Amino acid sequence: MHNFEFVKPSSVADAVAALANGEAQPLSGGQTLIPSMKARLNAPEVLVSLTGIAEMIGVSRDGGSLVVGAATTHATVARDAASHFPALAALAGQIGDPAVRTRGTLGGSLANNDPSACYPSAVLGTGATIVTNAREIAADDYFQGMFTTALEEGEIITAVRFPIPEKAAYAKFLQPASRFALTGVFVAKYASGVRVAVTGASEGGVFRWAEAEAALSSSFDADAIGRLSHPADEMIADLHGTSEYRAHLVRVMTQRAVRATM
Amino acid sequence: MPKDDGIGASTKRREDVRFLTGNGKYTDDINLRGQSYVHFLRSDVAHGRITSIDTSAAEAMPGVLKVFTSADFASAGGIPCGWQVTDRFGQVMQEPKHPILAEGKVRHVGDPIAAVVAETYEQARDAAEAIEVDIEELEPVIDMKAALADGAPKVHDDLTSNLCYDWGFVEENKDAVNAAFESAAHVVSLELTNNRLVANPMEPRVAVGDYDPWGDSHTLYTTSQNPHVIRLLMGAFVLSIPEHKLRVVAPDVGGGFGSKIYHYAEEAFVTYAAKVLKRPVKWTSSRSEAFISDAHGRDHKTKIELALDADHNFTALRTETYANMGAYLSTFAPSIPTWLHGTLMAGNYKTPLIYVNVKAVFTNTVPVDAYRGAGRPEATFQIERLVDKAARELGVDPIELRRKNFIAPDQFPYQTPVAVVYDTGNYHATMDKMLELADYAGFEARRAESAKNGKLRGFGIAHYIEACGIAPSNLVGQLGARAGLYESASIRVNATGSISVYTGSHSHGQGHETTFAQVVADMIGIDANSIEIHHGDTSNTPMGMGTYGSRSLAVGGSAIVKATNKVIDKAKKIAAHLLEAAPEDIELKDGKFSVAGTDKSVDWSGVTLAAYVPHNYPLEDLEPGLEETAFYDPSNFTYPSGAYGCEIELDPETGKIDILRFIAADDFGNIVNPMIVEGQVHGGLAQGIGQALLENCVYDENGQLLSGSFMDYAMPRADDVRGFTVDHSCVTPCTHNPLGVKGCGEAGAIGSPPAVVNAAIDALHRAGHTHVTHIDMPLTPSRVWAAINS
Repeated sequence: MHNFEFVKPSSVADAVAALANGEAQPLSGGQTLIPSMKARLNAPEVLVSLTGIAEMIGVSRDGGSLVVGAATTHATVARDAASHFPALAALAGQIGDPAVRTRGTLGGSLANNDPSACYPSAVLGTGATIVTNAREIAADDYFQGMFTTALEEGEIITAVRFPIPEKAAYAKFLQPASRFALTGVFVAKYASGVRVAVTGASEGGVFRWAEAEAALSSSFDADAIGRLSHPADEMIADLHGTSEYRAHLVRVMTQRAVRATM
Repeated sequence: MPKDDGIGASTKRREDVRFLTGNGKYTDDINLRGQSYVHFLRSDVAHGRITSIDTSAAEAMPGVLKVFTSADFASAGGIPCGWQVTDRFGQVMQEPKHPILAEGKVRHVGDPIAAVVAETYEQARDAAEAIEVDIEELEPVIDMKAALADGAPKVHDDLTSNLCYDWGFVEENKDAVNAAFESAAHVVSLELTNNRLVANPMEPRVAVGDYDPWGDSHTLYTTSQNPHVIRLLMGAFVLSIPEHKLRVVAPDVGGGFGSKIYHYAEEAFVTYAAKVLKRPVKWTSSRSEAFISDAHGRDHKTKIELALDADHNFTALRTETYANMGAYLSTFAPSIPTWLHGTLMAGNYKTPLIYVNVKAVFTNTVPVDAYRGAGRPEATFQIERLVDKAARELGVDPIELRRKNFIAPDQFPYQTPVAVVYDTGNYHATMDKMLELADYAGFEARRAESAKNGKLRGFGIAHYIEACGIAPSNLVGQLGARAGLYESASIRVNATGSISVYTGSHSHGQGHETTFAQVVADMIGIDANSIEIHHGDTSNTPMGMGTYGSRSLAVGGSAIVKATNKVIDKAKKIAAHLLEAAPEDIELKDGKFSVAGTDKSVDWSGVTLAAYVPHNYPLEDLEPGLEETAFYDPSNFTYPSGAYGCEIELDPETGKIDILRFIAADDFGNIVNPMIVEGQVHGGLAQGIGQALLENCVYDENGQLLSGSFMDYAMPRADDVRGFTVDHSCVTPCTHNPLGVKGCGEAGAIGSPPAVVNAAIDALHRAGHTHVTHIDMPLTPSRVWAAINS
């Protein structure tokens, strides 16, 4: 790892100021950035830690929404979201291993937007709102492809506001080595309809499966999508699964998520 | 019942106290005064010609002591190969030079090009980025069959081709084998891959070189399974350092699984550089570096055929295997697909005619050598997959087909048609035991339960034979080994009766400090806590060949027995003098010498004290002191065997396989510490199941390693490996070593892969997916799903 300066501001404003230096990079839980620095694939001159900002940490209820601070760890979400939004808590509890969950954060995951990460499916699958220091971004506008988001340079996610669904579930099929999602599907049922978001499968990153949403909105039953099949185009193909296999898993895991909704 | 700490007792592992409390002393814990650090600049292309290396910018970087290239090693030898195989035409194998740092060409991703030694590790790494290397990329050869095609690019320009050898065994049987196939009632064949694996011991490799200019002597601290072998190979063949000027120390080592047997370039580098720089030099491999520099395992492609008569007796077996050597010959690489594989192709069966052909191939990949089981897993996998397939094609029960062809208990010693003689075994007994423990009779009911949940349940069987305790030195010498394969022990009895044992075996997880002490304690009848086991340092242990091939107890333990018997013989003479009796009348029991038929006795410490304070002592007949050394050279291999049963549930919707139960009924001969044996089998099963379901080392067509980290190389986790039932109550003791032991370290990894794959095929066939006759390992969900839907 190359040497770097480390600052740990205690307010969002101070963090934004620190990041104005072009060579600075925000650091949240460090579960992606630190390994890439150790491998010398990334060498920021300044790291601005976001984990010392109290207003960015914690889980709170706001009417029909659950607001999660961006620097809240997966372990905290798994614990504190359980009574409000059990499907989200369950998803957080399946990310990585205990060490990862103790360090990794919601905001870090969303800013990185790994195509196999779990959280993007919950954010897109609930139509959540990403709150930054500058604005609010709808989930449908936020995810712009593998490792690409609507965030501007120096913009910090401060919180995510999840509309709490009537019922929801996340069904994850594990990539055997990394245990990221080979394919993971978040299904959420609202009075206005059903949302289905898929992670791990597509070269374009997390996406909504409109056909399944329509079928499930008219009949919220796993059998309602039993005959649907997702096309294999633009699905990821690698050591762990062909694009056809991933396309197949999209349907299977969607059905399993529907059956598991709580 | 055995004594608390004698032979047969599940004594807790004494070494675990220091390991579990963080007090183990591993090579990376060794930090010497004035120590410097090396970082290797490694090739990021699979095949290329080095047109220039400019180290000047790197030399000028802060903290840099020196940048080494191959020019600095002009006087050094290459890394030697320890085994020369002769091919089926009587020609010796092609043996390329393996330089310490790349000379002229790079031949695999990870091949070291240059080495920077600096005051700190980070400085060495920074400077390595400043080395300018121009490489003219050449077309790599990755696929073995493509590597043998006419006009294929050559890994080594000075060799005639990429073929290391074309081995036939037994060549004289070839025509008879082919004739048997011509007249066979049934022929069953199978093409399969034995997937390339990375050993991934928990502790990556580390080496620290130290040089003492006043004594002109070298010390190498290294993560090795056999420090004496490293001293011999590196001293004699690479750096021309005589043994008395070279000490090799392998302290606590965190797992090896074969990958730490070999002499590696990094060891020679730090030893040499320490002298050049007059500073200790340390290298610590990162995990990423381990993937591209530790020897890999397996990587065979095989076609195997079995001939049967009308009564389903096996009449002949023949195979054609392509074995990947990688870019260079690692220390024991040529022996693995030949003598450690071909000689086991009889399996547990009476097959009278066998012919094994192996083509060893150079490719632009990391060298391949022994990995837990080394040749025997490859043999077992082929045979046990094929026997299962034969049963299916013939419509007979796979258990009965095996039983019909098993070597019967009254046929031992059994001469196989592939050179080796099995001394003992009872394969029917292990099969019976496994089926009983598995509740095989209740399988159908359990299958019906799974079916209710949409899951396919299957039961897979494998019965393995392996050869351990390598090996009679004169035999392996004839087969091409460039070393003897005895083992050594020194028993130093101290004046007050405590004992220091020095063994040539090396423990890197096997628990020798516990088991070897149990053996000596049992023989003398003293408390095991008064016995200390020393290993891993060439300066105080007698020349020994180290630990691999499940040989430590069978060979190293036998040397300890032999040396202990010498000690007891001398102690009896001393006791006889003290008790004024004849030595032949002296009995040793429970640490006390007594005169037979009398109540006259002297205890162990009375005798040992007399040996070192020889006031009342037969000095005219006997030297003072009590210390003996023995070398034990086995007269045969040992032949553990066992029946393995694997019960799985397969999710037809996703292709995912869950192991529900795994039953291992092994015959390891006599057992010294049952708890340690169980632990060894558990570890072996985890690695075998890992190979069957998860682990796969994959290169792309450019020779880039696709599975170069744990993000893509799937190691088994605790929830992948569960439901183990381990039994070793079937015992046919080895007939030719004093403890009657056979070895247990590799069995789990040998017997389990075919059991897992057979279980998957069984599940699919029972569910009507009869078009699936084979799936190559690892049986990932994606592959299983594709097979179902093919």
